[in-house]
Amino acid sequence: MKTMQKIGGGRFEVEMQVCGSGGPLLYLHGAGGLVGVDPFLEELGNDFKVIAPHLPGYGDSTGAELIDDVVDTSLFYHQLMDDLGIESAYVVGHSMGGMLAAELAALDVHRVKKLVLVCPAGFWREENPIPDFFSMDLSDLAANLFHDPKSPLAQMFTAIPEDAERLAEMYVERTKRLTQASKFLWPIPDRGLKKRAWRIAAPTLLLWGASDRLIPPVYAQEFTSRIKQVRTQIIKEAGHMVMYEQPEAFVKVVRDFLKA
Amino acid sequence: MKFTWFHLMPYRYLPEDFKDKYHSVWVDIPRDLYDPKIGHRLYNDYLDQLEFADRMGFDGLGVNEHHQNAYGLMPSPNIMAAALSRRTRHANLLVLGNSIALYNPPVRVAEEFAMLDVISGGRLVAGFPVGTSMDTNFCYGEVPATLREKYFEAHDLILKAWTEKDVFSFNGKFTKLRYVNLWPKPLQQPHPPIWIPGGGSVETYDFCADHGYQYSFLSYFGYIAGKKVADGYWDVMAKKGKPLNPYSLGFAQVVAVAETDEQAERDYAPHMDYFYNRCLHVYNGFADAPGYRTLKTIKSGLLGQVGRQAALRREGLTWKDFLREGYVIAGSPKTVRERLREAMKSLNCGHLMMLMQIGSMPPELVRKSTELFAREVMPHVRDLWSDWEDKWSPRPLPESERAMPAPIDLGKRAVNGKSAPGAAVGAESRSTAK
Repeated sequence: MKTMQKIGGGRFEVEMQVCGSGGPLLYLHGAGGLVGVDPFLEELGNDFKVIAPHLPGYGDSTGAELIDDVVDTSLFYHQLMDDLGIESAYVVGHSMGGMLAAELAALDVHRVKKLVLVCPAGFWREENPIPDFFSMDLSDLAANLFHDPKSPLAQMFTAIPEDAERLAEMYVERTKRLTQASKFLWPIPDRGLKKRAWRIAAPTLLLWGASDRLIPPVYAQEFTSRIKQVRTQIIKEAGHMVMYEQPEAFVKVVRDFLKA
Repeated sequence: MKFTWFHLMPYRYLPEDFKDKYHSVWVDIPRDLYDPKIGHRLYNDYLDQLEFADRMGFDGLGVNEHHQNAYGLMPSPNIMAAALSRRTRHANLLVLGNSIALYNPPVRVAEEFAMLDVISGGRLVAGFPVGTSMDTNFCYGEVPATLREKYFEAHDLILKAWTEKDVFSFNGKFTKLRYVNLWPKPLQQPHPPIWIPGGGSVETYDFCADHGYQYSFLSYFGYIAGKKVADGYWDVMAKKGKPLNPYSLGFAQVVAVAETDEQAERDYAPHMDYFYNRCLHVYNGFADAPGYRTLKTIKSGLLGQVGRQAALRREGLTWKDFLREGYVIAGSPKTVRERLREAMKSLNCGHLMMLMQIGSMPPELVRKSTELFAREVMPHVRDLWSDWEDKWSPRPLPESERAMPAPIDLGKRAVNGKSAPGAAVGAESRSTAK
């Protein structure tokens, strides 16, 4: 269900998808943002109260200009938890959202009960450079994001609307989202998490699509070598968009980890 | 009417199959396509051409900044302007410009422009482009989301550095300086004229109008397509109650003159093709990083000149199309005179920046076209806008007060002359020893 929420005394108006009931689970989306139809969130709603805010600059969320860097995003998410009356939460972040989730967990270790990082960004390995997705055309993007770029799912994600007005709308929204993402990811998605990741105290699950070609699973090492309580799980026949490609396996692994 | 002879300094030797075989002329073009020995000759040819334009009576010589590409080989236009400052006497040095968000701290630009202004006796026009997305975001790594904010801050700092009487501190978001104290200061006071090159971002109109800067539209789509942008600019000027002085608009245009219209096609068509199909072969993904253009500009529907949309528009264009659509103004002196007058009138433009070395064009053709233009076109179009005052050209020192470079004979080395034969002897003895 879509709701709008004032955060930080009205400095931000945040569009959120909220569903389910149970312990609070904060979901931080990746650079592409929420799709609108995100079935894995509904599924997680069977066991948790899922709160998926659009980062300012995404969807209808306002206040993009108040956020410049990862400190600003961490404080934004902490404020969001304050305003929603959430003492501590399960935090699940995908890609850029994984990077931001790790940052907020390192900033205040008491607010994250458990942490799930799904194909997270935040590091740069010279021997495994992350492809420049900002400059990719849609077919290259599909090839990098999906295990099977020819699948109907991948095609749906990268389809170009035929209607000119709809196309313009999509282009503007995509530009708006990636402009905001560029603050954390351009030109190289490293904003110093390597200095701070050691502070993360929450039990952490690293979850990776086996055929992630955008941020290859080898990046898990950067997290496992720094975070205290951490384990890695690889999901087969899935790429960077693992929770869309293998929603059942994804939801099961996340639920089992959070419920354990 | 004022005429600037504008150089891009392209690489003239890209392979025939460049467009089909290579990803992009910009950003990730393979380095092994560049031969520095050819580069040595090109830079010197190109400087010769600019110096020739000075002698032929052009009002300005134009250079600009681009990175990691074969389209324009001037990562630092200041180096070219410095070279020109000593071997030209009359023409203004239009440096269009330094992409001021790229320099840390931006006072570096204030300093170098001040140096150029002082060396040249006050002939500098200071250009402050944002820079293309390829240059700024992809080559220089600037975050698209903050590029324009950084640009405006750099602008404020440079202006203050030029105009403030005393040492000052600057507490910007991107630059923090305890002591700003510009030595040298520009010769033109309070500062050289400022021209803002634009590629169709709507905010730039307001910026120019509000500060009284000249707006230069750098398009290689020619004057017919450019009219939409010029009209947008004049609309803003009119709404703000500013005079519609033609000299407050600059426009870049490809121009080529030959003996006859037919000769122009024979001489220049292959080079037009090289320019549009090789020099402008930019991978679409590099044309417009998300955030490079503001949402306001995107929604205004003004398109950039590189990338897929631009390429589609010039797909399969012939010489006749290039002429008809105004990409190039070319032909006999008579044809060029007529079209140029019509073009400048339709744009209400007083500062024409002419691209006369086109793509792969060799020096002898550049010279011919330049000379024909200077002798047979320029004098006949000069009268245009004579009732307007040009407030955007430099105010150099009077000739009588200007320093003159000491005459030299480049062929002789009076001091080192002795050591030169010695070195040759050394080389000989080495080869004998073998």
